[in-house]
Amino acid sequence: MTVTAREVVWSRGGRIVVDGVSLHPEPGTTVGLLGPNGSGKSSLIRLLQGAARPDAGQVELDGAPVTGRSRRDVARRIATVTQHAETDAALTVRDVVELGRIPHRTVLGGDRARDATAVDAALRQVGLADRADASWHRLSGGERQRAQIARALAQEPTELLMDEPTNHLDVRHQLDLLRLVADLPVTTVVALHDLNLAAAHCDAVVVLAAGRAVAAGTPEDVLTEELVAEVYGVRAIRVRRPDTGRLALLFDTL
Amino acid sequence: MSTALRRGVGWRPSPLARSLVVTGAVLVGVVAVALSVGAAATLGPADVSLVNVRDVLLNHLGSAQIPVTVTDDAIVWQERLPRALVAAASGAGLGLCGVVLQALLRNPLADPFVLGVSSGASTGAVLIGVLGVGGGALGLSSGAFVGALLAFGLVLLLARYTSNGSQGIVLAGVAGTHLFSAVTSFVVFAFADADATRGVMFWLLGSLEGMRWPQVWLAVGTVTVGAVVTLVAARSLDAFAFGDDVAASLGVHVQRTRVLLLVATALLTAVLVSIAGAIGFVGLVLPHAARLLVGERHRRVVPVTILLGALFMTWVDTVSRVAFQPTALPVGVGTALVGVPAFVALLVHRRSRS
Repeated sequence: MTVTAREVVWSRGGRIVVDGVSLHPEPGTTVGLLGPNGSGKSSLIRLLQGAARPDAGQVELDGAPVTGRSRRDVARRIATVTQHAETDAALTVRDVVELGRIPHRTVLGGDRARDATAVDAALRQVGLADRADASWHRLSGGERQRAQIARALAQEPTELLMDEPTNHLDVRHQLDLLRLVADLPVTTVVALHDLNLAAAHCDAVVVLAAGRAVAAGTPEDVLTEELVAEVYGVRAIRVRRPDTGRLALLFDTL
Repeated sequence: MSTALRRGVGWRPSPLARSLVVTGAVLVGVVAVALSVGAAATLGPADVSLVNVRDVLLNHLGSAQIPVTVTDDAIVWQERLPRALVAAASGAGLGLCGVVLQALLRNPLADPFVLGVSSGASTGAVLIGVLGVGGGALGLSSGAFVGALLAFGLVLLLARYTSNGSQGIVLAGVAGTHLFSAVTSFVVFAFADADATRGVMFWLLGSLEGMRWPQVWLAVGTVTVGAVVTLVAARSLDAFAFGDDVAASLGVHVQRTRVLLLVATALLTAVLVSIAGAIGFVGLVLPHAARLLVGERHRRVVPVTILLGALFMTWVDTVSRVAFQPTALPVGVGTALVGVPAFVALLVHRRSRS
């Protein structure tokens, strides 16, 4: 019941951006996709989403190739949240979340009661139920990102893909968002820049460098000082938080 | 009308109640369009009463045998009615194209002419009307239609080889529009005599002179097909609100939908422009007016824009025809004179709302 990637290769404009990556998330877990800029995180997410076809290898959903399914069919299983979604349209929060019901609609309409239930549930899950009638343009950055997550949840997916969802958020909203994502019952693959966020909230991480997966496993096992130096080119020191005892990383230039 | 008012803060109508309200409003709109077309047929240099218009209609549509004068019959059935119907269809069609393009290209300034279709049409018309290309085998309208399609093809080609996505199409459209406008001006400047210039100018400004039933069928038929296609695609248009990536993640075939709707709007615009010339501002302004009334959902915006467009054009054309008797103001001049202030008012309202 998950989306998996088997040895996927993808080149764009003559450059290989994803080079033989495999990904097998455990159902219901949160998997962090790490790596410096240009390491292929976003491209891998596009492949997992079925928005692009790999040149080699395969993305599978329940063991069958995702490219063989209809786009609408895939959208009922896999939802995606991008790093920064903007619109000029005068939408309310509920309007935005209702977009998530599009894959469930047919030409004739669809099940309106179920649509309403799914939208209400999604709004509650992200804590925006009382903001449902607010204008999208009056939301803060954190609220907008939560509204996008609610939109994705309204799709009733089993898989949630997120491409750097914390990019434009302040530290508190970053923490809130990751806490929310980690607690969701869906399988989540989330591309992240912040290694400490990944260490705190991901069940597993995969580290990409130049399109290749160079390490995978629990954050505890993967995020070693050597690996961070090799992949990011910075000097990291592993410490324990005095209060929780959890892994934290301190950085300096090499 | 503010968002809060429109939504009714704290009060949520049930989906059924809401769709009843929308259906009712659409029905009222349809009746209003029919009455407007009828009223337009009574107005003009020769007075024909609404009763006579009804009698003429009953004679032709219901094969009744009500005695009416031959002049009344000719004026209503041969002149004013076809003209009003083409006006309504043009307004509906141009508004429809505006809605689709604004959503698809995510550009509130997009209008039916953003794809270079209208300037291509004028080049085609000028080549026929001034240079006599085709040796009289082609009329002004068919020349315009061919020109419009060639221009659209060129714009798509440009967009393909310059950049991706909606931005590229807008840029290519601007380039195409200016190129064909320049060619049109060049041909008029270099080759046209005063008579030819006048004829072409009148057409360039948009005019509904001399509309007959064949034009009615063509315009109404094309607009109907366009409306059906757009209503079927309404949900996909909603999905474009946050751009191509989000639309794709919602299961929309972004590329396929975009090409289908671009081709459909280009064809519809080409047909309308070749019938009535480039009538500006309807396609730009009316979708915004419709959104202010019913929000952003295309299932509602599309029918409301169609009705507003039909109403707006019927009345603007009637006023342009009646107010400047015995000649008529080109309807494109009228739509711009009314449309520009309306557009500015919309922009001010939009700003004060956000």
